[in-house]
Amino acid sequence: MNKLAQQGFKPIDSHTNGNGRTWTVKDKIFLGLSPGEYLSQQFKNPFNWILAVIYIVGVPIIIGRFIYGLGWVTHSSYDYPWGLFLGWGLFTMVPLSASGFMMGTTVELFGRDDFKPIERLGLLNGLLGYLFAVVFLQVDLGQPWRLIYPMFVSLGPAAVLFLVAWHVATYLSCQVAELVPAFAEWMGLPRAKKFVKSMVLGLTVAGIILSTLHQGALGGLFTYAPGKVHPLWYSSPFMWFHFLCSAVFAGLSMLIVVSTLCKWFMRWRCDQRFLESLDRLTLGISKGAALALATYLVIKIIAVAHDNDWQYIFTGWGQWYLLEISIGVILPLVLYTMALRNGSAGLARVSAFIAVAGIALNRLNTALITFNWDLYQEIPHWREVVIVITVYATYIVVYRAVLARMPILYSWKDKT
Amino acid sequence: MKKLNRRSFLKGGLAGTAVIAGTAVSKNSSAAGNFGGYPDSMGVLVDFTRCVGCRSCEAACNKEQGLPAPDKPFDDLSVYDEIQHNGQKRRTSEKAYTVVNRYEIEGREKGPVFRKFQCNHCNEPACLTSCFVNAYTKTKEGAVIYDPTVCVGCRTCMVACPFYVPAYSYSSPINPVIKKCIMCYDTRLKFGRPPACVEACPQEVMTFGKRNDLIKLGNARIKNNPDKYIDHIYGEKEVGGTAWMYLSDVPFEELGFNTHIGEQPIISYVKEFLTIVPMVLTIWPALFTGFHLLSNRKEALKNEEKTGNK
Repeated sequence: MNKLAQQGFKPIDSHTNGNGRTWTVKDKIFLGLSPGEYLSQQFKNPFNWILAVIYIVGVPIIIGRFIYGLGWVTHSSYDYPWGLFLGWGLFTMVPLSASGFMMGTTVELFGRDDFKPIERLGLLNGLLGYLFAVVFLQVDLGQPWRLIYPMFVSLGPAAVLFLVAWHVATYLSCQVAELVPAFAEWMGLPRAKKFVKSMVLGLTVAGIILSTLHQGALGGLFTYAPGKVHPLWYSSPFMWFHFLCSAVFAGLSMLIVVSTLCKWFMRWRCDQRFLESLDRLTLGISKGAALALATYLVIKIIAVAHDNDWQYIFTGWGQWYLLEISIGVILPLVLYTMALRNGSAGLARVSAFIAVAGIALNRLNTALITFNWDLYQEIPHWREVVIVITVYATYIVVYRAVLARMPILYSWKDKT
Repeated sequence: MKKLNRRSFLKGGLAGTAVIAGTAVSKNSSAAGNFGGYPDSMGVLVDFTRCVGCRSCEAACNKEQGLPAPDKPFDDLSVYDEIQHNGQKRRTSEKAYTVVNRYEIEGREKGPVFRKFQCNHCNEPACLTSCFVNAYTKTKEGAVIYDPTVCVGCRTCMVACPFYVPAYSYSSPINPVIKKCIMCYDTRLKFGRPPACVEACPQEVMTFGKRNDLIKLGNARIKNNPDKYIDHIYGEKEVGGTAWMYLSDVPFEELGFNTHIGEQPIISYVKEFLTIVPMVLTIWPALFTGFHLLSNRKEALKNEEKTGNK
């Protein structure tokens, strides 16, 4: 599409074309191309071929999971009830989606309107990340059709997972509402936009509350397993704070990563306002991420001191811990700081990619790798890996489809 | 069954903060201290010095609970040589709610020790407090039972159980559920009868009775045979106490028991997080609305200055 844009193609960004013709919904879905042109565009994209291969392998295995049960696709055992679906899909996807409440807070609450060009991308990243965390959960749950049981049928309100379930669910609807303006502009529904605008402050405050609690609660879940999670990754008083604080830089770094990918691969869909402000915004976000990283590093050290876990530092697990901290926290912190000092958005982007990888490592360490450290290590089943890749590919497809259409990376021309 | 325990206290606490009504909390707060289980709850004292490893208890459990036929018959003692994942001994599974394992102890004249293993039926079960659909119940008789009709299959209880007890029917695509010993609650315990395994034991390894009496009995046995027993009843205090308790003549860690488990119930590790929930719910709205007003005020001042200068 970038090539097409260079040849002068202008994707739809207003309700009417230059000659006064109103675009139909079909036009909007095909971006102003004819269905034939659109399809041939899709065929030319090599990434779509990779996706096709993923789906050819992955979809039958996902179907198989629901026919033959979890035992067919995972190595989840009696000792390792949680595998890659939750380790990656829930525990990693959710912190990487913290950008939603971060950007909402920055723009709507603190009134930093200079971050507006990237606010919607932050919100969308949040919404889709949560949505697909739920999809991953649905693949993992033994009885996915009972997902609403903790909501309405049989309530166990004293459980941490109860908090996660309720807060993720309400926050998900909160995020849908926050993105209604983008949808309303695209579809031409001014009243819906006005309605949401009237309660945006309430939604944002609710978003902060719900995010604090469920990001923390994901860490809180592991406080049920003292002795099972390695002491260096376990700290009953600090666990929730570690998860919350790391979600801050995880969400911000992920936002830098997706905005970078948009700049590279979806340049045709970005407007001048977005492209011109991106470097400045990247550095602004980096500042937040660097502060969160510094805070996180300090509380990680305090937690080790508080629980007096120093003796573990000199074991093999301790080296693994130090590796995670050096690569996942200290390295991005140093790079972000250098980037801020030199005003280099490029370096900030490198650092964001590393921070995202670091947070994935941290969550996988807590949920999978150091879990049952005293027992034995579990290696995920290949089918489990395939399903994770397939669901994640779907996440990318949906993400791309929304970005291509709704006014996320560009602003809608008509005032609605 | 309107008993006060920590769980209903927590429930009340959470519900109370949700509506910011303090009354629900204060009514139950007397139960907030230490919950030692129901006063009349039953239990089983297992004396490993008596066990000969005949596996009668496994057979009885299989029959009583209507479990599928085992891979090897119950009189086949070769199962003791089985080594599972990473050198582990046999564990409870969806097909076996209890297993007996053999431990070769160096220097023990009487030969190996046999250890029976099943759900310990904690006074404050981690599975119960971690379940977000309330599938677990601790009955006043002491059993921890499970309701498969509400289970979502999230398996948090398996993460939470410090004894690695709950098993899960991973192979079932339609109705996978947790499988664990329920102390024969439906068929026996409810009517005051001992679990099937206890009754089947030819060696009287297990004594069924009120938990409080069993602790006295255990202490008496230790006192009368100080050279024979390790001076510890495993389960009396571990993770807040369990309904099943154990006596042994070899150190418990040599029998695969977790002796670093502590005396705190698992829920007490989680409480530190749970206490922040009402705080965030009440403080955050005011705090962040305040931030918003402040940041707006700065702008309003700026605008005022501008118009003032004009």
